[in-house]
Amino acid sequence: MSLAQHLPALQVVIPLLAAPMTVLLRQRTLAFAVALLASWAAFAIAIALWLQVDASGTISYAIGSWPAPWGIEYRVDRLSSFMLVLVSGIAALVLPYCRRSIEDEVPQRQHYLFYTMFVLCLTGLLGISITGDAFNIFVFLEVSSLSTYVLIALGRDRRALVASYQYLIMGTIGATFIVIGIGLLYLMTGTLNLVDMGQRLAAVQGTRPVLAALAFLTVGISLKLALFPLHQWLPNAYTYAPSAVSAFLAATATKVAVYVLLRFYFSVFGQSQVFDQLPMQQAMLLLALAGMFAASATAIFQSDLKRLFAYSSVGQIGYIILGLSFDSTTGLTATILHLFNHGITKGAIFMLLGLVALVMGGTSLSRIQGLGKRMPLTSLGMVICGLSLIGVPGTAGFISKWYLLLAALEQGQWWLVFLILLSSLLAVAYVWRFVEAAYFREPREDLDAKATVPWSMALPAALLVAATVYFGLSTAFTVGSASQAATFLMGVR
Amino acid sequence: MNTTMTLGGHFTYFITIFLMIAGLFIVIARGNLIKKLIGLGIFQTSVYLLYIAPGKLVGGTAPILSDAFSVYSSPLPHVLILTAIVVGVATLALGLALVVRIREAYDSIEEDEILNMDAVPSRQEQA
Amino acid sequence: MRHDLILRVIAKLLIPFILLFALYVQFHGDFGPGGGFQAGVILAAAVIFYALIYGLADARKVVPEPLVESMMAIGVLIYAGVGVAGLLLGGNYLDYFVLDHDPVHGQHRGIFWVEVGVATTVSGVMLKIFYMFAARGNADDE
Repeated sequence: MSLAQHLPALQVVIPLLAAPMTVLLRQRTLAFAVALLASWAAFAIAIALWLQVDASGTISYAIGSWPAPWGIEYRVDRLSSFMLVLVSGIAALVLPYCRRSIEDEVPQRQHYLFYTMFVLCLTGLLGISITGDAFNIFVFLEVSSLSTYVLIALGRDRRALVASYQYLIMGTIGATFIVIGIGLLYLMTGTLNLVDMGQRLAAVQGTRPVLAALAFLTVGISLKLALFPLHQWLPNAYTYAPSAVSAFLAATATKVAVYVLLRFYFSVFGQSQVFDQLPMQQAMLLLALAGMFAASATAIFQSDLKRLFAYSSVGQIGYIILGLSFDSTTGLTATILHLFNHGITKGAIFMLLGLVALVMGGTSLSRIQGLGKRMPLTSLGMVICGLSLIGVPGTAGFISKWYLLLAALEQGQWWLVFLILLSSLLAVAYVWRFVEAAYFREPREDLDAKATVPWSMALPAALLVAATVYFGLSTAFTVGSASQAATFLMGVR
Repeated sequence: MNTTMTLGGHFTYFITIFLMIAGLFIVIARGNLIKKLIGLGIFQTSVYLLYIAPGKLVGGTAPILSDAFSVYSSPLPHVLILTAIVVGVATLALGLALVVRIREAYDSIEEDEILNMDAVPSRQEQA
Repeated sequence: MRHDLILRVIAKLLIPFILLFALYVQFHGDFGPGGGFQAGVILAAAVIFYALIYGLADARKVVPEPLVESMMAIGVLIYAGVGVAGLLLGGNYLDYFVLDHDPVHGQHRGIFWVEVGVATTVSGVMLKIFYMFAARGNADDE
């Protein structure tokens, strides 16, 4: 039995097997070890799969040896392999970070359950990225969502419970809309395999159920994606969740929802159906711009750092959807690039904020006054990531903004170029709030540093900050993967 | 004649839409946390009907192989909905667990009271 | 409920039949409505019935909490284990065809064990939910 041919299945199975094992091994150090090994193994498999797809093209794996379209097919193409590397990489970095972070924030007797939920969430996210079956996407989506609701509810503050409940209601409505869309597509085409569905949809293009399916899927995925105005759950969820959970979710959950949107739009419906039948381009453009401006503006007026960067996430998701609304290869490249770049940037920011919460006891702007003196390296990391959010050359954020501007210029939309630059100014404003509080104020005497910065938390955070700079300078992996994925998606129909 | 035939043939779809809108209305319009969950359940039930009703073929029998029958109803929607029902149960259980914890933390399960209780401390929490 | 003779007698009469019916539903999933989910819930319902009549403490003695938590995990391990068995025997993941000497019997065996795993997890989950909710409000529990 050659291991290499079963990698697509193992990608999901290894975290899945780790979950019940962490429940059985109630001891929290053992549970942590199992979860850590599983996530590192998943990362190694994702890299191996990426290399394989890069060398020989799309991999297709038939679960249960039932050939597609009868059985469930795991399909690793350029876009999926990119997503797999992102999700498993973030998990591999966040999990060592978790150990010390949750000692403060989650009761000890629940630690092993925390790891169970984390590994289940990872399974769900990896499963969504790799599967080629529509209903399987829904199942894995719900696996990841339900474990996410639990992870958020483990936060210290009682408002974490309300945030989790609100996310549960909105997320379940979104997932149910998605399943309605999938149901309508199944009724019209008779198959659940994504590739097969795409081929059969050509015969029923433009009929009302298919358009209704497109609408239901868009709204449902937008709820998961936190596209303005369906973003109401995100600020509370990211603010009150444990820091490690915020870091993991900010970097992966919404990005995987974007992946689902891209998969349905391009591999199933096909570019012509989506953009020609309904005014999707204008709708997405408007919502993206609204998100970019409204959310970034709201971020400026927040007094808690986690909440500030949560609103920043909603704004950045606006950029991602803006790239999609261009309906061009460059725009799509910008979208996929920003998935990755924003993922690592936000992951780094929330990890650093977790360090701040550990040492200073909280993340409100009044608490972090003088952080530049108390925690100089952490503040430096925050500034670097802030620069990436603004889009300063030398950071990962610049690369995706560059491609966005290129896409706008290609279509001669000068007013869009202006708007993108204007919204970057808003990002400057909210990053400046942090810089001003950290560097231009004196530390408060009544607050003292509660703990020292532990290695296990500082190292992953530093690695992600370094990645933010690295992928801003060396773009072979990110731009190469993104542009190949974009060309592949645009070329399908 | 044509209208009544359409109404008769599409009866299940009308019920589906009715349940869908009723469920969504309850989620949005009711402030009691448990009523919201019940609305969510009704909304999910409409989806089950959307999948299963078209699976029954005219003249089709249960999908168990037998020599006496040649037309079988489709078993695939039933499999899909089994999964969806379990997902719905898990969501409901998780939602109710959260409501129990919220009740213990806030002493109320009305959304507006909880939001009021949350709004006040947030002004003092910046200390 | 402890002192109500009729309820206790009826419960004692009915519970074995409910358990038997759960097993029937489990194994006849191939030929009629049934399978793992339904059987697991009926099994859990029998234990919950016992808990309602005889009290939560007695139910906890019959089906202790560590057992319930382990059942949840072991069911998932059985299901994933069937998949891995298919992997080790030369097929893809969750391949039932290679599990026995010929494909049809392999399918039977695969489905059988997968449903056992499902029933274990589902009954464990239902019981755990019941134990957690019923114990809430009694100060000594989590």
